[in-house]
Amino acid sequence: MAWYIAKRLFYAALILLGVSFITYLLLFLIPADPARQIAGRSATPEVVANIRHQLGLDLPFYEQYLRYLWQLLHGDLGRSYVQRSQVSDLMAARIGPTLQLMAAGIGLELLIGISLGLVAAIKRNSGLDRALMAFSFIGVSSPHFIAAMLALYFFAVKLGWFPLGGYGGIEHLMLPAITLGVLGSGWYSRMVRSSMIEVLHQDFIRTARAKGLTRVRVLLRHVLPNAIIPVIPMIGIDIGIFMSGLVVVESVFGWPGLGQLAWQAIQQVDIPIIVGVTTLSAVAIVLGNLVADLAVLLVDPRIDVKNS
Amino acid sequence: MNSSKPPRNAPVLAVERLSIDISHGTGSAQRVVDDLSFNLQAGRTLCIAGESGSGKSLSSLAIMGLLPKVAQLPSGAILYQDRDLLGLPDRQMSRLRGRDIAMIFQEPMTSLNPLMSVGKQLEETIRRHKLDEGGGATRRAREILEAVRMPHVEKRLRQYPHELSGGMRQRVMIAMAMVCRPKVLIADEPTTALDVTIQAQILELMRELQQELGTALLMITHDMGVVAEMADDVVVMNRGVVEEQAGARELFSAPRSDYTRKLLAAVPRLGTAPELASQAQRPRVLEVGDLNVRFPVQRQSPFAKATEVHAVEGVSFALGAGETLGLVGESGCGKSTTGKAMMNMLAYSGSVKLDGRELNGLKGGALKAIRREIQMIFQDPFAALNQRKTVGELIGEPLLVHGLADSAGRRRRVAELLEQVGLSAAAAARYPHQFSGGQRQRICIARALSLEPRVIIADEPVSALDVSVQAQVLALMKSLQDRLGLSYLFISHDMAVVEQVCHRVAVMYCGQIVEIGSCQQVLHNPQHPYTRRLLSAVPMPDVDHKRDFRALLQASEVPDPIKPRGHQPPPLEYLEPQAGHFVARTEEGSLSLY
Repeated sequence: MAWYIAKRLFYAALILLGVSFITYLLLFLIPADPARQIAGRSATPEVVANIRHQLGLDLPFYEQYLRYLWQLLHGDLGRSYVQRSQVSDLMAARIGPTLQLMAAGIGLELLIGISLGLVAAIKRNSGLDRALMAFSFIGVSSPHFIAAMLALYFFAVKLGWFPLGGYGGIEHLMLPAITLGVLGSGWYSRMVRSSMIEVLHQDFIRTARAKGLTRVRVLLRHVLPNAIIPVIPMIGIDIGIFMSGLVVVESVFGWPGLGQLAWQAIQQVDIPIIVGVTTLSAVAIVLGNLVADLAVLLVDPRIDVKNS
Repeated sequence: MNSSKPPRNAPVLAVERLSIDISHGTGSAQRVVDDLSFNLQAGRTLCIAGESGSGKSLSSLAIMGLLPKVAQLPSGAILYQDRDLLGLPDRQMSRLRGRDIAMIFQEPMTSLNPLMSVGKQLEETIRRHKLDEGGGATRRAREILEAVRMPHVEKRLRQYPHELSGGMRQRVMIAMAMVCRPKVLIADEPTTALDVTIQAQILELMRELQQELGTALLMITHDMGVVAEMADDVVVMNRGVVEEQAGARELFSAPRSDYTRKLLAAVPRLGTAPELASQAQRPRVLEVGDLNVRFPVQRQSPFAKATEVHAVEGVSFALGAGETLGLVGESGCGKSTTGKAMMNMLAYSGSVKLDGRELNGLKGGALKAIRREIQMIFQDPFAALNQRKTVGELIGEPLLVHGLADSAGRRRRVAELLEQVGLSAAAAARYPHQFSGGQRQRICIARALSLEPRVIIADEPVSALDVSVQAQVLALMKSLQDRLGLSYLFISHDMAVVEQVCHRVAVMYCGQIVEIGSCQQVLHNPQHPYTRRLLSAVPMPDVDHKRDFRALLQASEVPDPIKPRGHQPPPLEYLEPQAGHFVARTEEGSLSLY
């Protein structure tokens, strides 16, 4: 077990190294020039060159990247070009709200996805099943920025059920979390539905019924745990997809989280922040996958670590 | 074993004029059970016997109220304690299930929830029927596992189903069914998926529990040996219709219906097959010497010791021209692995010689050429044929692969082969799903024959078939042997079948051959304790030869086949009590071989 985790952590480090390299390379290649952005429209070429030299942007790519890695090893994510403070400080101030929204969003995704999948599987091939699957299909395929703005317009502006964005208590959290939850639940409901149907046909479900268990008990104690196993690794994979939605939804709802920070940084070509947020997202995805894989080990006694 | 049975009296459960339809969506329905009636009596066993598609399993599910949604019940009643179970709402029915009427299923490997420990699954039944609460439920679970003679009960309660063997899982299933002391126990092919010695243990266990608790037992089976062993009364079903209903003795001694007579005639009986002429004088086609197959076990960490599974260990035998050698043994003994190694389908050490040519280490073109000489037939004719190709393409494919005939030539040869295996040449244009199991196995045989091989390795070729079909396929294999001079390596777990078709028999246990000799020598005068144990477990389709399985009931420990890499077990020493009859030397009375 310890060996398995050690191996997985080593692979995780390799993945993170690759992610940071690719991000850095992409930002190096884009035509936008951060030095010109900082200096402003009226700056002379000397001023721009001066800024470029100060930021180390005149160095060759590999030197910039190695310097960044070296600082990263010391826990230093660099300074923001625009906001003139440590990237780590900026991110630390915003990680709390983001974690809140993530927890609520992923929680709702699972809650909505699993219950819809469960209902659809029980009522399979009925009108309700088809309606639920159509709903999940719409959720999966609608773009976040449109859905978020529609939700804001209807539920906050027209109906006034929720505040018009911003950060605060539970009422501020609800609408962005529900938006993320509904949009992300489609994958889960489809997956839970098909895996439930498969489990319902297994021999041990017939055994459970033959024992005299009630329908509800058979569903909750025998079908659902078995159907949920393929969903767990999916949560790890989903964190990445979820993050991209988070950037948009946080910006639309004015939620002061990492997504909003990244959104602003992208507009201002504030490279240290973009790289910092990307690296942190990569860490979250890799850790999420590791935790999901370990969770499956706990749920399913058949999986033997030595064969994975 | 013929203890006195309680006399016939009022039935515990009565099935009256039951019919079951399966609807095919568009209003049309197919009758799968028609007008079935029988009574179950306390302490007595009723067997429903029949081949696949006879409706026997659906009838048992109807009693449990667990029929699939597509099944409808146009008429009939199932009376239990003055109530018609068919009219009972599911809520009330679920209270009877497991408490009054319990069921055991065919497939122990998949019939238990893989995520719940054995103890939890047992306690669940106990709690559901309010037999006991809390610690009392755990105590009851322990008691019932002891009652089914489960070794190491404390450990088993905490184990998960995948950690138990098939026989042990079936014991758990029986324990789960019997824990509420039901009035009626339904067992649907409870031993079909198990080895003969395990089957004997399970049957004995069910007999003992029945006598102790006075349960009415309804047993569904296709195996007339099991029927003779267990039944007091028998219902023979064929395509949903009752062919005959009689006491067990009456049925076996004077069957009234034609179908029963045909069924009984088709059942191979151990000890009745005529002795086949010895082929010992014929030239040897195939020689296997010191065959070893080992599979590496993946290490848990780089510091752990490297280990290997010893699947086949020092196996040697020879196969003569026109001879059939039976390779028998229980699951996991290495008989199929031996067959695959001979086909060069996995890495092995030792030598396999065909007409003196060494096959070990052959690659590419040389290996392909040798495959023309050795072909294989598999157990499951449903899985062995590609559903998307026509029968003509399937049988012609080996000719195509080996570049032996152009398309007109292939068509001619396919037609010839189909007629050889008893199918019409027109079958070539059809697809595998349009054929029955027996016909598909004929197609597999035709495919194996297409390259005119000298040796055919048949891995359980008739195990998946009904007895009447089984007899036809065996007869076909035999006539092909006579005509074409084929040699068969016949891998099987069924002693009675082996006795019918084999000239010589080799018995495998834990990867080694423990006894080899002529059919007569090995099956009628077994010398090795394992062979004796195996033979004593085979149920006989004869009510006057009920067997006493009690000696087999204690599960025996099989030696662990996983050894450190490079481990060399001492080679077996063989004694030769008669010419051509070799028996592995053992310590007195023990089965352990290493």
